[in-house]
Amino acid sequence: MIDILLLTLLVLCALAAVEMKDLLSAGIVLSAYSLLMAVVWTQLNAVDVAFTEASVGAGITTVLLIAAISRTDRREVFVSRVRREVPSLVLMLLTAAVLVYGTLDMPAFRDPGAPANHHVAPRYVEGSEHEVGVVNMVTAILAAYRGYDTLGETTVIFTAGVSVILLLRRRQRE
Amino acid sequence: MSESIIRRTITRLMVPFIQLFALYVIVHGDSGPGGGFQGGVILGASFILYAIVFGSEAGRKRAPRAVTDILASTGALIYAGIGLLCLLLGSAFLDYRALPFEDPHLAGHYGILGIEIGVGMTVAAVMVTIFFETARRNDEGEVENG
Repeated sequence: MIDILLLTLLVLCALAAVEMKDLLSAGIVLSAYSLLMAVVWTQLNAVDVAFTEASVGAGITTVLLIAAISRTDRREVFVSRVRREVPSLVLMLLTAAVLVYGTLDMPAFRDPGAPANHHVAPRYVEGSEHEVGVVNMVTAILAAYRGYDTLGETTVIFTAGVSVILLLRRRQRE
Repeated sequence: MSESIIRRTITRLMVPFIQLFALYVIVHGDSGPGGGFQGGVILGASFILYAIVFGSEAGRKRAPRAVTDILASTGALIYAGIGLLCLLLGSAFLDYRALPFEDPHLAGHYGILGIEIGVGMTVAAVMVTIFFETARRNDEGEVENG
């Protein structure tokens, strides 16, 4: 019941964010979207993901969007061209149909026989506390089993910071 | 700077608690939800909140450009450094059991604590940097109030 309510609100937020012409409001609606998404993750018992969604999606992304809006116009310029809208609608429906078709073969939700629950997952579930020595399984996977990937992610963030400095920072002596 | 005394007072009151919570999230990544990434984002957001309310100049005083630049690279360096340390001690890259602690579980705990702190430093510093470099500054005309 609450799932249906949350999903309905999610769709409403997404539509509102697309339809709004005021970019600041659209950014804030996206923040609400992320907060709802965090509740959905909590419903699925994925607290680590929920935490990330709440802090990154609802928190910092909104602020960075607002910072970007402060550099540009707050109102969206809307140009309506029917000739362009019809092909994009057809393309969007086709893509959606392909995506839905792709989900048909996926195992049922919470299926214990799903491949995702059989490959490396049992090793993580049984071994993480003993092999790594931390009780939070998600942290054990991120920091130990997949530590190399997390190092890559940290480097990506560092690179993003360096790029922003190179592109936007004003030189001291001008 | 924000005109409203309510906004300024609430911010001054909240920022220390937000930062304390951020540090808690960073160091408790191995026993609860969260970790370096989430904690770093919260830590960065606390400085951004301060800058939005008190203006970017006051915010830059609290998080100076030189400090955030150094922290951003130091965090990634700590992460890679712990990996290299494991390699030098004769094990695989980022295999914390090689770290010089008696108990391999303790080694895993401290190794992960180290990389979480590294991730937190980089993420917090980069978020603050992106905000300060992207947002319109006071001397560029109209002040953005958030």
